[in-house]
This record gives sequence, C-alpha cells and structure tokens, in this order.
Amino acid sequence: MSTLAVHDHAGAHHDEHGHEHHHDQSFLSKYVFSMDHKMIAKQFLITGITMAVIAMILSILFRIQLAYPDKTFPLLTTLLGRFAPNGRISPDFYLALVTIHGTIMVFFVLTAGLSGTFANLLIPLQVGARDMASPFMNMLSYWFFFLASVIMLSSFFVQKGPASGGWTIYPPLSALPKAMPGSGEGMTLWLISMVLFVASSLMGGINYVSTVLNMRTKGMDLWKMPLTIWALFLTAILGILAFPVLVAGVVLLIFDRSVGTSFYLSDIVLNGVQQPFEGGSPILFQHLFWFLGHPEVYIVIMPAMGISSEVMSVNSRKPIFGYHAMVYSLIGITVLSFIVWGHHMFVTGMNPFLGGVFMITTLIIAVPSAVKTFNWLATLWRGNIRFTPAMLFAIGMVSFFISGGLTGIFLGNATLDINLHDTYFVVAHFHLVMGSAAIFGMLAGVYHWFPKMFGRMMDEKLGYLHFWLTFICAYLVFFPMHFMGLDGVPRRYYAFTEFASMQKWLTINTFVTWAAIIAALTQFGFLYNFFVSIFKGQKATQNPWESNTLEWTTPVEHLHGNWPGEIPTVYRWPYDYSKPGAEEDYIPQTVPYSQTMSSNLPHDFEDNPAGLEELNKFTSTLKANEQVK
Amino acid sequence: MLLGTNLLMAQTAAGAAPGQEEAPKVDWTGIAYYVLIFFLICLGVAIVGKILKIYDLTLKMQGKKGIKWNTVMAVICIVFLFVGLYGAYWSFTEQGSMTLPEAASAHGVKIDEMFTVTTVLTMIVFFVTQILLFTFLFQYRHSDKRRAHFLPHNNTIEKVWTIAPAIVLTILVVFGFFTWQKIMNSENLKDDINIDVTGHQFAWELRYPGKDGVLGPKDFRLVTGANLLGVNFKKKSSFDDLKVDTMYLPVNKSIRLNILAQDVIHSVYMPHFRVQLNAVPGLPTFFKFTPTITTAEMRTKLDDPKFEYTLYCNKICGGSHYNMQKVVRVVSEAEYQSWLSRQKPYLNDALRKELHFAAANNEQSGASTNRLALNN
Repeated sequence: MSTLAVHDHAGAHHDEHGHEHHHDQSFLSKYVFSMDHKMIAKQFLITGITMAVIAMILSILFRIQLAYPDKTFPLLTTLLGRFAPNGRISPDFYLALVTIHGTIMVFFVLTAGLSGTFANLLIPLQVGARDMASPFMNMLSYWFFFLASVIMLSSFFVQKGPASGGWTIYPPLSALPKAMPGSGEGMTLWLISMVLFVASSLMGGINYVSTVLNMRTKGMDLWKMPLTIWALFLTAILGILAFPVLVAGVVLLIFDRSVGTSFYLSDIVLNGVQQPFEGGSPILFQHLFWFLGHPEVYIVIMPAMGISSEVMSVNSRKPIFGYHAMVYSLIGITVLSFIVWGHHMFVTGMNPFLGGVFMITTLIIAVPSAVKTFNWLATLWRGNIRFTPAMLFAIGMVSFFISGGLTGIFLGNATLDINLHDTYFVVAHFHLVMGSAAIFGMLAGVYHWFPKMFGRMMDEKLGYLHFWLTFICAYLVFFPMHFMGLDGVPRRYYAFTEFASMQKWLTINTFVTWAAIIAALTQFGFLYNFFVSIFKGQKATQNPWESNTLEWTTPVEHLHGNWPGEIPTVYRWPYDYSKPGAEEDYIPQTVPYSQTMSSNLPHDFEDNPAGLEELNKFTSTLKANEQVK
Repeated sequence: MLLGTNLLMAQTAAGAAPGQEEAPKVDWTGIAYYVLIFFLICLGVAIVGKILKIYDLTLKMQGKKGIKWNTVMAVICIVFLFVGLYGAYWSFTEQGSMTLPEAASAHGVKIDEMFTVTTVLTMIVFFVTQILLFTFLFQYRHSDKRRAHFLPHNNTIEKVWTIAPAIVLTILVVFGFFTWQKIMNSENLKDDINIDVTGHQFAWELRYPGKDGVLGPKDFRLVTGANLLGVNFKKKSSFDDLKVDTMYLPVNKSIRLNILAQDVIHSVYMPHFRVQLNAVPGLPTFFKFTPTITTAEMRTKLDDPKFEYTLYCNKICGGSHYNMQKVVRVVSEAEYQSWLSRQKPYLNDALRKELHFAAANNEQSGASTNRLALNN
C-alpha cells in the first residue's frame, strides 16, 4: 500500500502541472460528460432527486385511489388519459403505479441516488484522492444510469402502460404478456432498464472499491477511514457481488418471455388455454431475485447509516461511540445479508426446513443492527448537540431505523410471517426501516455536504420546517399501517371496498393519504431551498461544521484534482471531537500528534511505541513542572 | 412538474368538497381555488420566516443573542417525544382494537402467543430507545459553557449490548423455529379432510373428495371448458369428487388444503385461521390446520351477525387481484355432513358429454352417482 501511496503522489504533481489547462473545459466536458467525481456526484444527486419527485407523485396518485375509491376526479382523466378512464385510476394502472413507485424508489433513488451521489463525492475527498480510480468508467456509470432512468420512465408512454407485476416482478405474472397489460412492452422496457442499471451500478461499485483500496492518501489506513467511507465501501462490495445475480435472473426471464424457454414456467393454463411450458419453477426466480433483493435493502440502508454516524458525531461534538464495533457490525451485516434472502419466501411453497434455517440467520442479523442503534444513542449521550438540519435528519434516520427495525423481528420469524406476509404490516415495516430511514440518511447527507458540493449554504430554518413536517407525516403515514396488516389487509389491493372486513379501514386510509399529501407538499419546500441555495445561498466557509474529515481541507472553489498543492497526510482517526486538553473541540485528521501534545492519550499510540515514549516523556515533564511549582 | 402536482393535490380536495356530478368535466375553478390556497400557505410560511428574521435582527441590534434556534429544536424534540408517545398509545388502543380477533385454529393460538411475546419484548425496546433518543437530544443540547464528554468506546458496555439482544433473539429464534416446524411438518392423518384449492385469474376453485375421501389426480393438459381443473377421469377416485362454491369446514377436524395455481402465483390467505401459503403453478403445496371456532360462535363473540371467515388472494396476480375471495364457514360436524350431501359432483353432465362418457361409461358413472345418493 505504501508504494501505491508514493506513486499517487508522483501522479499528483503531474496533475497539478496539467491543472492550468483544465480551466478552459468546454461546457460539454465540464457539465455533461464530466469525468470529475464531484460533478458526477451532483449529476447523480439531481437525477436522483428528479426520480424521487416522480416516484413521490406516483405514490400520491395511488394514495388518492386508496382514500377515495368511489369518487371520480375528472382531472385524472385529463392528466392520465386512458390510464384513468371516467376520472378513476384503472386497476391495472394502479398496479403499474405501485410497481414503478417501488422500482424507482429502491433502485433509482436509494441505490443510485444515494450511493452514486455520496460515494462519488465523498470517497475521493475523504480518503484523500485526486479523483476516482477510473474517471472515465465513472462517467459511463452515470450515463448508463441516466439511460436506465429514461427507459424506465418511457414505459409510461407505451400503449399498455408500464410494468405492473410489483417491483419484485415475479413470473409467471411478469413472464406472460397476456396475464396483465403491464407484462407486455412495459415489462420489456423494465427489464432492459434494469440491465442497464446493473451495468451502471457495477461500474460505479468497482470504481468505489478500487479507489478506497488503492488511492488512500499517506497515513490513511483502513482504521482511520470515516464511517461514511466504510459504509460506502462495503455497500459497493455488496452491490458487486449481488447485482450480477439479478442480471442472471432477468436474462432468464427475458428468455422465457421471448425465446420460449421454461426456466420459470411450468403447467400453466392461462384463460383456459394450455401454455407449452414445462419443467420450470417460479420459485427459482424468487431465489435469484431475493439473492440480490435482500442485500439490496442493505445497499440502501448502509450508506444512510454511514452518513448518519458521521453527521451525528460531528454535531454532537463527540467521537462516534465504538468506532470498531460500528465497522465490525457493518461487516457483519454485509456478510449476513447474503444468507437471509429466504425470509422473503417463507410462505412461497419453499421447503419449510429451509424456512427454519433462514429464520435463524435473519434474526442473527438483528444483533449488529441493535449494536449500531445503541452506539448511536451512546454517541448522543453527554454530547454537545448542535441541531443543524443534517443532524435532525440523521436523528430521524435513527428513530425510523428503530421503529421499522423492530417490526423486522416479527417478519423474520417464519411463524409470525405466515399471517403477516404481504400485508400492510410489511409495507409499514420496510417503508420505515429502509424507505424513510434511508431517505432521511440521504437528506442528512445533502444538507451536510451541500456546502462542499455547491460552495453555498442551504437555508437552515427552511430545513427545520422540512424536517419536522416530513418526520411527523412519515410516522402518521406508516404507523397506522401496522394495524391494518395485523387485521389481515393485503398490500397491492386496488380498493378495500370489496371486503366487509376491510371497509372499516377507509377512514384510516383517507387520513394516511392526507398525511402523505402534506409530506409531499413539504418536499417542494426542500426543492425550493435546494435549487435556490445553489445560486443564491450564503457563501460557505471552508469548514462550516468544524469537522475533522479530509474533505473540509479542500478549497471551497472546486478544482479538478481537489487539493491545489500536495494531498494532505493523515495522522489520526476522524473522530477526535471534544478531546480533553485540546484547544478547539475538534482536531482535523491532518493535525499530527506532535502538535497536540496536551491532548494526546496513551490509547492514540497503541501501535506506535516511539510515539508512546514521547507522550510519556511529555507527561512526566508536565508532572515534574507541576511539582516544581 | 411542480405546477402539475399542485393541481393533483388540489384535485384530491376539489373532488372531495363540491357535489359530485356525473359529467366528467374538470372543475377548473375548484382546482384554481386549491392551488391558490397552496400558494397562500407558501406565502404565509415565507412571511412568518421574514418576521422571524427581522425579530432575530432586532434582538441582535439590541445587543442580545437572537433566537436560540438550537434550544428551540431541543424543545421541539422533547415535545415531540411526549406527543409521539401519546400518539403511539392512542394508535395502539384505537387501531389496535380493530385488528383480527383471536385465532380460530389450533396452531393459530400458538402463533398468537408467539406474537404477544414478541410484541412485549420489542415494545419495551421501542419505548426505551425512543425515550432515550429524544431525552438525550433535549438534555445534551448545545451549550457554549461545556464540552462534550470524550468517550470513544467502552468495551464492557459494548459487550453487554451485543450479548443481551443476542440472548433475546436466541429465545425468539428457538421458540419460533420449533413452532414453525410443528405447524409446517404436521403428519398426514387418515381422517384428514382433503380440500383442493386452485387459484386462477381471478377466482378460487374448490373441490372436495367424495365418499372415498381421496381427491382424483389433476393434470393441466386435461383442462377444458367443462373440466376447469383438469381432473383425470382415468382414475376411479375422480368420479365422486365434489365441486363446491363455499368452503365449509367441520369444527375441530384436521383440514388439509391442497393448494395449486393454474396461471400465475396466487396466495391462499385465511387470516382468521393464521393460514397462508402461495399457490404456485407447477408446484403443488399443502397447508394443514384445525379450525376451532365456528362461524356462529365467532359471530356471537364479535357481536357481528354478518361476520364471515374469508379466504382471499394475497399475492399480486393481475387487475382484479383485489377481489378474489371465497367465503369460509366453520360449522358443526352434523351441519357439515348435511351440507356435503347437498353438493353436486364435479363430473357434471357437460363434462360427461365432453368426455364421451355418455355412451361408454354411462353405467359406471350412473352407478357411482347412485352409490353416492344411497350413502347419504
């Protein structure tokens, strides 16, 4: 590693030399086909936000249907045309809305939007690198993602509408174009889009891993990396190992759909007509899908965990409690997440013995999650807490993670899952634990690193309003859903009018819809704050949050290569906040121990005997001086 | 896009307020009205923001400190904690009472016990952690006078809170594992009542065995307009099978549901009995349970004379997924037998014609029907 670091420095000087020429970049190479990781991060973020707004609007549309199943809204016909005849969303389009909402939120917002933005922005800046290992591949990663987004959205413009078999697209429903309108061209576009998406995700992931492993600055060993980097690094590894399996699953599905193979299909009679498929198994697809699908939820939540850890430490002015435990629990989650996928399939007809095994592994994964939660609480304990909007969102993330995580203990238990599977209990669970928690982690990151991205500050008061309204409304939306699930109300139902037992939930549904509408309207406050602050926000200082990490040692004005001079050397871990004896309540990673003799602790020199000797000498002179006095 | 969404939001309200007329005309004035309200709210927020800013500035001009936003946030945190706790309590009592009644099956009681234990344990953690979270936020809000307590780690306490959840989870896993095995690995008994449940878009087909207690085999290749399930009539056991519309179950008898789907995946969901299993094309599965409470008893218990047990689809299966149900009635053994005797055989006249049984097998099938009639 040391040789690589030296090499990097040699390259650095070269970069600096060439820096003068970078100024006259064309518009196209600066803003569009940019190879600068900071610009690519912004591209990911703004595309991610756009997709999030679209998916949010879709969710409001189907919430309207659930709240007012018997009312007609002529405007819907005006806006949606054939998808909403006579002022009501059609059942098929309702399922399309649910499907595309889920797909966009899980993949395009919380995977690409979250990892894409913060891995691109933070990895080079926080490990001390001039750019990603392969800037060109990084650019490709964004443009594949962009293409995937466009194709996914274009499916709204095909005759029969977008894919509508649920975001999990289980065959045979998704494999038989005659089974539902959305399984026609809409599903084809979905599959193409996802293949491109996985390609994008892989190119990004390989870049993130190689940058973290090979391009850290001098002194930045793995145990000096901020938790954001650890989280993004492990997330990238998860993505690299899990996403190709989805491609395998998708390719076999494409074969079944267009070539006539029977990987997933067998013994099918559709509308009274026998289909020529034999010997396949629909369960096979579920195994392949969830082999990605479960790591995927950790791909979604781990960056949010990393961001929240960092933001909470900075704003509590306290080191993150149990840094090593935090890293080991992330590693534990990464490893375990590969052997729990079967808990999505307890009642699919999978061998019940397998169900028992998956239940054991699933409940084990709750242990590292619990450790993380307790460590966050301990980080706040006796802190000196500053409530920036970023801090509030990080706290919100923790609150949601607890609320949603605990219901996971119900669903991970095969016995309880019998009655809870595919009900609103599940909807409530994952919207809290990976939906709301992850999006709050992402928003925490946006508020925290906005000054780094755009050189300006976002409006704090508007941030406060955004946080509280969103936080309260999210709980109002998802908390009552648990009880609907406990009453056996299934998800993905177009209306609850057909069952006497479900009609009593209509008032709750109306309430939930209005909470969702208020939450959605609140997001326009955020959008206003975000886009206006890019151009008119208060100018940021170099280190506005008085943070220790490396990204705040770069100048406010962006330059290709990040640091104007040499890349700074790192001497200490990133969490020396409120260290007793130090002048300020933070000591950046670039400050050597020799400059902070008064605050050094024996613990800081565990693997450095010379330093420990220095410290002992220093403390003994200090004592001697006192005795003289 | 922003405008479009506003219109949508407004429309929700617009549709709710004015009288509904059948003419699908867009009520643009109504929409404009709601858009206007939204902009007025935005304006209000902006005005309040400006007032606060001016107030803040005047305070500063007077040499005071300005609004202490940090303290304001800390106070909101603690207020949120109390309001949130009350809200959670309210939700638990109000909506919690709307959930499913007690389990109407033998294994369901065990599931409910498991559920209660898990709820108690998780709710303790829920309330303790949320209370700690928001109290810490209030208690340790920023003050210039002090510094945070430098505490990077503490191995003892970290071990404690790794091992404690591990122990609790082990208990849950062990209980869950054995309950699960017991529910899913139930032995097949001789007097199990076999019921065939087949899902297709968008209905359930029910088939009961006749006197022999055995369901005839099925093959999807044999499906025709009259033989919807593709029952194989080369086997004798098929002849006395019954086609049934409502699922009647005798109380306290072991039931074995044989579950299959024809086109896409469906899911047999009977929440009152804590029964659920997917119906997968090409993969026959079964679920065994024993109903313990009759429909009549449940009606008295719930004080709802219209109450019915239901079986419905719980796996997305297409446009009418939301309306794919069967009524289930749990009755006494005597009622069950009398109901059974009134059911028609699966092998009806149309099917007989189709299979050319009319000529060749007339006598045989006639005999079977007679026997059925005699036995009842």
